[in-house]
Amino acid sequence: MIEIRGLHKYFGALHVLRGIDLDVPKGEVLSVIGASGSGKSTLLYCINGLEPIQKGAIRVDGTDVHAKGTNLNKLRQRMGMVFQQWNSFPHLTALENVALAPRIVKGKSRAEAREIAAYQLQHVGLGDKLNAYPNALSGGQQQRLAIARALAMEPDYMLFDEATSALDPELVGEVLDTMRVLAEEGMTMICVTHEMGFARDVSDRVAYFHEGVIAEIGPPTQIFGAPRSELTRKFLAKVR
Amino acid sequence: MQSGINVFTSFGTNDIWFMAQAAWRTLMISAVSIALGTLLGVICGWLLHEGRILAAVLLAPLLDAFRSVPLIIQLVLFYNFAPIIGLNLDPFASGVIVLTLYTAALVANVAQGGMQAVGVPMRRAARSLGMSYWQDLRYVVFPIGARAVFPSWVGVALGVMKDSALVSVLGYVELLRASQILITRTQEPLLIISIAGAFYFALSYPISRYAAKVEKRWVQ
Repeated sequence: MIEIRGLHKYFGALHVLRGIDLDVPKGEVLSVIGASGSGKSTLLYCINGLEPIQKGAIRVDGTDVHAKGTNLNKLRQRMGMVFQQWNSFPHLTALENVALAPRIVKGKSRAEAREIAAYQLQHVGLGDKLNAYPNALSGGQQQRLAIARALAMEPDYMLFDEATSALDPELVGEVLDTMRVLAEEGMTMICVTHEMGFARDVSDRVAYFHEGVIAEIGPPTQIFGAPRSELTRKFLAKVR
Repeated sequence: MQSGINVFTSFGTNDIWFMAQAAWRTLMISAVSIALGTLLGVICGWLLHEGRILAAVLLAPLLDAFRSVPLIIQLVLFYNFAPIIGLNLDPFASGVIVLTLYTAALVANVAQGGMQAVGVPMRRAARSLGMSYWQDLRYVVFPIGARAVFPSWVGVALGVMKDSALVSVLGYVELLRASQILITRTQEPLLIISIAGAFYFALSYPISRYAAKVEKRWVQ
């Protein structure tokens, strides 16, 4: 379970997150929607410990992410993250991309790591691309590679930061399909997304971010069917 | 028949052997200096990249000095002033020290550029997988950065090899010095300088060919 309490985050003078309280229980798929600059992505970076926070607390399975003694490298193994830019390691093949972290971070043997990598690549539909270098893959394939790379660490949580925003429209589907598969398998996911269809169909809950606060949170039927907040209504009218 | 002492003797096979040995010494002093200089340069580049203000204030001007003062002046200064502080070094050691610092100053910039070529998002992706700072550096930043700046590094290495000729001013008998000795004796500058040029080419060409091959392999 991810628990967020009274979270505030500043970039210099810019107050990006203005008091976030949020619980994400195991097994839930939470979609986070909202305008650019509303702090959605920053929230993920804070959960993962990639950005320091100024106030409040984030706990993952009871471990305070931002406490001094916390071993972030250890904690991050439990939270896979997929970025807008897929950031595949260009000097490694697809298989090596995925096998690297299990080998050097988890200390798996080379053979074991490759086995895990092959399995995860199969899982995201890249079973025929094991020995391809990233520059021979399409954006959608590279993003699925990034998903496989995160899954290879056998995380309990997956954080998706606008995983489809940088893709050509015709490639968005394959990545969303992969995310759907994960959701069906019961993975706990927080998906920052602009894909309203995905948010509506796949998530258990949807959170609408507005200027650094959660303006509304609820099941997709509420957010998309009968939003209680005027802000949500206005936002959805704009994106539809 | 002509009598008298012949001061100048003509160029012979022994002299080719003499030049080959000198070429070997050029290779040795270059290889040692480039290896040490690269190591030091990468550390300096990393400090410049990560060290922020302190490195920018302390290290950068120092490296600038090594880069901007002509190598021949550095060599003469070091060789003549080292004994004053109690360092009695032979020409080879002096040459290695100066060439190493000079290489390091050049490589520092190259290395810094390489690390900058690996963007913050890439490094965050690595860290998000649970890699430590050092694992990120070792498995992601270095290999990607090295590929990005490899051609520049080869340029530096080849440049330093040619610049090593300047160590001749300290009396180290490398290729250039050997040529000068032979020219004085044989009075055949054109021939000997051509041979010296051929030796330098023979040393550089395989390196640049090999570098091109490595680069090609990395591009795929």
